[in-house]
Amino acid sequence: MRDFYGVTLPSALMLGTARYPSPAVLEAAFRSSGAAVATVSLRREQGQGGAFWDMIRELGVRVLPNTAGCHSAREAITTAQMARDLFDTPWIKLEVIGHADTLQPDPFGLLEAAEALAADGFEVFPYTTEDQVLAQRLLDAGCKVLMPWGAPIGSGLGLNNRYGLRMLRAAFPDVPMVIDAGLGLPSQAAEAMEMGFDAVLLNTAVAEAGDPAAMARAFALAVEAGAAARAADPMEPREMASPSTPLIGKGWL
Amino acid sequence: MSDVTVIGAGVAGLFAALELSRRGLAVRLIDRGGGPGAHGCSWWAGGMLAPDCEGATAEPQVARLGATAAAAWAPITPVTRRGTLVLAMPRDRAELARFARRTSRHREIVPAELEPELSHHRTGLFFEAEAHLDPRRALSDLVRALAARGVTVETAEADPADIPGPVIDARGLAAGLPDLRPVRGEMAVLHAPGIRLSRPVRLLHPRHPLYLVPRDEGLFMLGATQLESASRAPVSARAALELLSAAYALDPRFAEAAIVELGADLRPAFPDNIPRILVRGRVLHLNGLFRHGYLLAPALARQAADHILTRTRGELVHED
Repeated sequence: MRDFYGVTLPSALMLGTARYPSPAVLEAAFRSSGAAVATVSLRREQGQGGAFWDMIRELGVRVLPNTAGCHSAREAITTAQMARDLFDTPWIKLEVIGHADTLQPDPFGLLEAAEALAADGFEVFPYTTEDQVLAQRLLDAGCKVLMPWGAPIGSGLGLNNRYGLRMLRAAFPDVPMVIDAGLGLPSQAAEAMEMGFDAVLLNTAVAEAGDPAAMARAFALAVEAGAAARAADPMEPREMASPSTPLIGKGWL
Repeated sequence: MSDVTVIGAGVAGLFAALELSRRGLAVRLIDRGGGPGAHGCSWWAGGMLAPDCEGATAEPQVARLGATAAAAWAPITPVTRRGTLVLAMPRDRAELARFARRTSRHREIVPAELEPELSHHRTGLFFEAEAHLDPRRALSDLVRALAARGVTVETAEADPADIPGPVIDARGLAAGLPDLRPVRGEMAVLHAPGIRLSRPVRLLHPRHPLYLVPRDEGLFMLGATQLESASRAPVSARAALELLSAAYALDPRFAEAAIVELGADLRPAFPDNIPRILVRGRVLHLNGLFRHGYLLAPALARQAADHILTRTRGELVHED
């Protein structure tokens, strides 16, 4: 597995920490899945999420603070700085939202913030689209990881643009990439891993499942299956049927 | 001479005090504000007695323990038993199906059959067994019921350690218990005398779920955000926008409503969001009612009284 800023993770599953029925259920989801990373939002807690953040720290997994809900580079940079102080980590999942309805990233604000944060010593995980030009610019800005979306945040639509994602994966074969946002089902996570992505990050699909711990476990299994399939060099699809048992030589009855 | 001292005149403390008094104990009641008020989070509640709807996200215990809440409140304060109406905007119809799957004791209805003024909504879910009350009225009715039994509220900042005998600590976040965390909530009260709704309405929305509880004299309580934050800052512009937009989506006539009140406070909650009776020697902590203060205070009070009188270990009791 490719590493993330020098860190090799024990699982390719990353989970968000919002929208669970309770912190106890959140903890159960992490325990049952073995997810390696917890993303945490800081924006709406007005800097006072202390008790909840303590619980996240106590999960014993790596924390990836995010700038969810930020609509400008400036806002995202301020939030990132606050996150670094609070969680004592250079990691930041950079989200700069460009559209209120689709929550799609604002590529211009994203690049501006990524440049500033990387120069300031942050290890940036930019939430981006499958756009290759933007990907290159983010890498040029100092990002060593990319987080292309599967589909709009919280939509559960899965991998919306397989062609674009395949092209992105092929264009930057050595860059660690996490499919972030839009996954609704474990099969979609497995597919992302089969396509060669290094990890998946999701929140709503688990947090709003009827049984979040069971769904988190299902995603963990899917991610493992997808990664194993990728490593096993899957067959290429072909048009012509190819029987697994030879026909020649079978006697006519 | 009192048999037991209750600290905190929020919904948990008042209900426990009344329960203990009814069971024959001499109760002393202390509150830092001299009675229920804006200093306690019970003041800012919606007052829905909605065990079935809460079951969509809460642990099954909440629905079970809350099932008798309306009956427990009825002798104390007016309880309106007209059920709960659950709606979703057309594009969020899937939310309604999911909510229906995760709850019980509901049926699909055409909203206008129940609330004629909501004729622009095509389908909804009706939770007939649910009820609601006016929280501030309920608090003052509890105070009145206690006064009738000779229990009045003393004004003091009390520490359980300084008080002799059995103590019920119902101070909410001020009790400073380990694992107890604040969950910020923001609400609004609107005055819209032209709008007639007779029961709580919940609007399911992927981003901004909302409930609206009708109160007397054309008032509506709009609630409530749920943030993992300890901030006691006034209602944020974002929260106000979300609440008001959702109300507007529910019925555009709310655009003309007067905003009577915007309030924010912190709900005390344990990690599983279920209230606890923590037994610490002679002190019983009644805490962590989260968003279920009015729904679960009767069960919490009952189990606390059982523990004090007969050492019964109810399911909410946690002994060290």
